[in-house]
Amino acid sequence: MKFIQNIFDASRPAVTSGKLKPLYPLHNALETMMFVPDHNAKSGAHVRDAIDLKRTMITVIFALIPALIFGIYNSGYQHYKALGLLNNDIGWLQFFTLENFLFGALKIIPMIIVTYIAGLGVEIYFAYRNKHAVNEGFLVSGLLIPMTMPIDMPLWMIAISTIFAVLIGKEVFGGTGMNILNPALTARAFAFFAYPSFMSGDKVWINTTLGPGEALVDGYSGATALGQYATTGSTTFSAWDAFLGIIPGSIGETSTILILLGGIYLIATGIGSWKIMFSSLLGAITISLIFNAVAPSMISPEQQGFLSIPFYFHLVFGSWAFSTVFMATDPVSAAHTERGKWIYGFFIGFLGIMIRVFNPAYPEGMMLAILFMNVMAPLIDHYVVEGNIKRRLKRLKLSVK
Amino acid sequence: MSKKYTIRKGLNLPLFGEPIKELKPSKFVSNYAIRPSEFIGLKPKLAVKVGDKVKAGQAILFDKKNERIKIPSPISGEISAIQRGPKRRLDQIVIRANEKCEYLNFGVKTALKKDEIKNKLLESGAWTLLKMRPYGCLANPDDSPKAIFINGMGSDPFASKPGFSLKGKEELFSRGLEVLKQLSDRIILSIAQDENSDLLNNANDIEIHRFSGPHPSGNTSVHISRVSPLNKGEVIWTIAAQDVAIIGKLFELGELHLDRTIAAGGSGMKNPQYYEVRGGQSMKKFFSEETNKGNYRYISGSVLSGEDIGKEGYIGLLAKQVSVIPEGENTDFLGWVLPGFNKYSFSKAYFSWLFPNRKYNLTTKLNGEERAFVVTGQYDKVFPFDILPNQLLKSIWAEDIEKMEELGIYEIIPEDFALCEVICTSKQPLQEMVRKGLDILYNEMN
Repeated sequence: MKFIQNIFDASRPAVTSGKLKPLYPLHNALETMMFVPDHNAKSGAHVRDAIDLKRTMITVIFALIPALIFGIYNSGYQHYKALGLLNNDIGWLQFFTLENFLFGALKIIPMIIVTYIAGLGVEIYFAYRNKHAVNEGFLVSGLLIPMTMPIDMPLWMIAISTIFAVLIGKEVFGGTGMNILNPALTARAFAFFAYPSFMSGDKVWINTTLGPGEALVDGYSGATALGQYATTGSTTFSAWDAFLGIIPGSIGETSTILILLGGIYLIATGIGSWKIMFSSLLGAITISLIFNAVAPSMISPEQQGFLSIPFYFHLVFGSWAFSTVFMATDPVSAAHTERGKWIYGFFIGFLGIMIRVFNPAYPEGMMLAILFMNVMAPLIDHYVVEGNIKRRLKRLKLSVK
Repeated sequence: MSKKYTIRKGLNLPLFGEPIKELKPSKFVSNYAIRPSEFIGLKPKLAVKVGDKVKAGQAILFDKKNERIKIPSPISGEISAIQRGPKRRLDQIVIRANEKCEYLNFGVKTALKKDEIKNKLLESGAWTLLKMRPYGCLANPDDSPKAIFINGMGSDPFASKPGFSLKGKEELFSRGLEVLKQLSDRIILSIAQDENSDLLNNANDIEIHRFSGPHPSGNTSVHISRVSPLNKGEVIWTIAAQDVAIIGKLFELGELHLDRTIAAGGSGMKNPQYYEVRGGQSMKKFFSEETNKGNYRYISGSVLSGEDIGKEGYIGLLAKQVSVIPEGENTDFLGWVLPGFNKYSFSKAYFSWLFPNRKYNLTTKLNGEERAFVVTGQYDKVFPFDILPNQLLKSIWAEDIEKMEELGIYEIIPEDFALCEVICTSKQPLQEMVRKGLDILYNEMN
């Protein structure tokens, strides 16, 4: 490891003075990534926990990786299946193949690289401009953004969405820790509204091209389960397939079981808030049960069909699981108080399912629900804080008597 | 009246070097020092000059704001140096000790009235053993506190346990209690659930409460919050049980004896155990004889909120313990990515959680760099108060005095945030922030 340290030591003078000074945050970020610095506690407590923001972020990345790898295989699988190249009988043997992986990887890894370059570029610029170290928050956002995108999203659109998210979603508010909206969802919402033809509908979730410029003739429906529900009131996918994840959808969102695994890891490590995840579950179940109760009074058969599906369908189809585990739990944009987290999470589940059912134009209600609750979180916190203050005042009054 | 309280939120750091209950007697030490920075709220004014001869108990410093408050000399001898720092701030006053200590006599008259007791405490400098809430600064003799809380616990890492450090001083302790009873109607002694020493034999007519659970179950703020929460406008005085015995001795003999039994812990100690020392003494000889060779940090107080005094420093006049732990030295290659089987963390983000009973030789390393507040809900796990820690810290950060008051800054002092600081992902200097908040408030109010 000495030689790596030597490279950093040798190149440090160049970036601390002279023309390359704007590169100092990058140099510092890379060096502290390679070596956790030997800084010692100067004031206050003399011993410190081993955890830091980098470890927190990499823990989330560890939790994301199973779903990401599955998404890579699934993109290839859905592609070859659409092309009619798969024999339907062999099942999993046809899923975890090198071909599927390579197809997915060649699509998805460039997306990840583009996201990181675009996002970290903005972060490093602001680190230089505001003279602080590069914050690690983007390590996770940079992986979340491609995982919420359809497979055929052009790279330049991803880059623009990412830059928009970091600039408008984060830096204008003062950078990491100050943002109101979840940056990854800001990127997705930007893409959703700016490039709707690439982000919604039945055609975007599966790559159906044979080669450059050669589109597969129409006839293969690439609709997601939620898309099907919105138009027909039923789906051709089984809940079991959706639980495992072999359905079309955004890259990272399909495999509920691996997302669940990531969620368990986040809860076990103490990094993700179980209160938010659990209350989002409660919210989703509550609204599903309400829908079940009112379904018979709906007029159109499509609506009746969508409203009467059991709650667990809502948990495995679409992005409820991914959003709940990885998006709603972003600590900066979530409610900051522990009581507030219950309310915040509940309404994310509640509103997310409500939007997806009632508004066929937005089958992805979770994104909108989380962004809405991001905006509401400070209000929730305000009332929790007021409650704390009032308890204190009450005690004061009692003691005066 | 006796009640039991169980504190659930908190953390006992799994550190090597817990002091065993064995006592090593004191040795003659030739140098002593008073450091004004130890006394929160003190505006120091010198009462002596270099070359002056002093006796133990004689005033070395006055408080400019209230000249009745005096910082006493722990020993008799000659003022050998007055050291100043930047802007001529008083750093320390060094006293060269006589072979035989002479004590100033403050009389042994009994049946004193409240004001006479106060005067005696102030005159002898023993008043500095009392602290006040809010702010955690030197008590103001003009206040009338709603209660005096005596802390008979030690839940800090390597803390000195009063049951052991007051062994043989039980009489003096109860004598001290009698004195304190004259100062306030309500005397509250908090002790550990499992404390069964002779201390309590003569503790009549006072409230005794037992606390159990992880640190900070031994912090006075926790005891106050459970027994009689502090409201705006109220004042509570606090004192450590060890110091009650010093007051007892003052009224018994008429002399101020600042010698104590302290705990010395940490992996830097050859034999972590209890020692007899005198407040303010030079620790140079002590550290060179009793600690291992190596690059260590020498702390007067606990590893959570003590002061780094260096190998040749002086122990605080009020310190009940010293801690010696290794300084952090090397960078850690990819330390944030690797599983980290040997990295201590309160979270389970490192795989060291697989070994829950392991003890650690923690260094002073920060293990990361300072970052913006990102993670929430983390402090709450080790903060057993009905206070919202993140929100309070942010109000301090914004210097919003009204919000600080509303969110309960009166009820805490910096040491209560020590565990939050230890486990803080963003490595924020929380105790420093809280002290700053209290200072802002103090200056606003006085």
